[in-house]
Amino acid sequence: MSGPATPDGRASRLLIEGVSKSFKSASGHVTALQDIHLEIREAESVSCLVGPSGSGKSTLLAIIAGLERPDTGRVLVDGKPINGPGRDRMVMFQESALFPWLTALENVMFGLKLKPGITSKQRREVAQYYLEMVGLARFHRAHIHELSGGMKQRVALARSLAPNPAILLMDEPFASLDAMTREQIYADVQAIWQKQRKTVVFVTHNVREAICLGDRILLMSASPGRILEDFPIALDRPRDINSIDVARHSLEIRDALVKHNQNYDERETG
Amino acid sequence: MRRTLHAVAFFVGAVVVWHLVVRAGFWSPVLLPSPLAVISYLKHAIADGTLLQAAGVTARRLLIGYAAGIGAGLPLGMLCARSSLLRDTMGLLALGLQTLPSVCWVPLALLWFGQTEAAMFFVVIMGTIWSVMIAAQSGVKSVPPIYVRAARTMGSRGLHTWVRVILPASLPFIVSGMKQGWAFAWRSLMAAEIYVTILTGFGLGHLLHYGRELNAMEQVIGIIFVIIVIGLLADKILFSPWEAFMHRRWGTGR
Repeated sequence: MSGPATPDGRASRLLIEGVSKSFKSASGHVTALQDIHLEIREAESVSCLVGPSGSGKSTLLAIIAGLERPDTGRVLVDGKPINGPGRDRMVMFQESALFPWLTALENVMFGLKLKPGITSKQRREVAQYYLEMVGLARFHRAHIHELSGGMKQRVALARSLAPNPAILLMDEPFASLDAMTREQIYADVQAIWQKQRKTVVFVTHNVREAICLGDRILLMSASPGRILEDFPIALDRPRDINSIDVARHSLEIRDALVKHNQNYDERETG
Repeated sequence: MRRTLHAVAFFVGAVVVWHLVVRAGFWSPVLLPSPLAVISYLKHAIADGTLLQAAGVTARRLLIGYAAGIGAGLPLGMLCARSSLLRDTMGLLALGLQTLPSVCWVPLALLWFGQTEAAMFFVVIMGTIWSVMIAAQSGVKSVPPIYVRAARTMGSRGLHTWVRVILPASLPFIVSGMKQGWAFAWRSLMAAEIYVTILTGFGLGHLLHYGRELNAMEQVIGIIFVIIVIGLLADKILFSPWEAFMHRRWGTGR
């Protein structure tokens, strides 16, 4: 069974149909996601999920990754419903999730080891190529504890790019970096995206980061997690997070956030 | 280099002091033999083969029993980490039995297996298995879930995840459990060999016991040296490489 096709007859790259998910927590029943519909047609686009904590944006990313199952609804990639994790969708986590018992290069090779039909020499070459792309060619033998926070996330980016996924899922990957490292990494990530055209879904609570990186911003609300608005961002690339254009858009989105919060408060109290 | 020098100087000094004390004649040489007498015993025992044979018998018991204890304890501990049913049953049993000094298994082993190798293997396995099992269980429980999630997105499943992610991630716990298991097994094996004559082979403990019976103090002290040296070698050969690996990779210690 396949999903609806786009006007040009091709299936959308990513289609999320009526996805809901709730959790039992200490404070009761939490609706993390309520009836999410989202279609990403453009294969080479960056979609940013932005929202306050509790808006279920990381849960939605985990569902797209196949790490969690939705209570209702389904996710289709190129028209096919997903069933569990797959190498067509690689994830980059907030903490680097690199394996300390492996070197930087071995970490990048980990995902390639499970890819059928390539020799170990090819794996090494591919891994080295991606380490070079993230600017860490010299650090292939480094141990993870020797790397700075920014370098760890670069290795993690190389690791998720190496199996050549169609979709790259990024869960607040730069949230724990300091401001200077982050600005450098925004520039580098944009340059890498120019070379490696991927469908990127990027989760963040930082509105300016989302505008700097995204072609499209999906604003989400908390409890229940829902998509409130969909802003296209048509600024030229590469973008500078400190530019006036980014600031202007961020005001617009922040206004929308405030407005929705007020509506939410009125609903709750009124 | 300097540290080696310190160590050598210290031990040479200690032996010289020992020799001088014996020469001064405070104690009967039957109670405190001179270092020369001990060396001469060791030379003799190596030349006629008794020492190497005994060391071989003991090492065989230890290594086979230890390997079996790890082979059983590691998977059991990993399973306990994943199943609360196993944890509440086998896990609890392991915790209880681990507190039992493993030399307490000796009388039971002798009753069940007689004065045989099987009894010695049993004692060594009982010394090893519970420590390894408990360490493997806490090691697996300490693995950050994000490692497993990341591995799953890269296509890792089932056994591959266990062997390539969960096992190495819990290595620091497992190695310390193996060290503890080794210490328990080694001590209980020595106690068992001294406690009772095992008819299937004379180990180091037997030689030690025999030295006492013959009032041959140089033999008792010589065997004690050999036991210490085996313990040190085991530490260097079995555990130091793992610990060095973990220091390098995790950046802990030092």
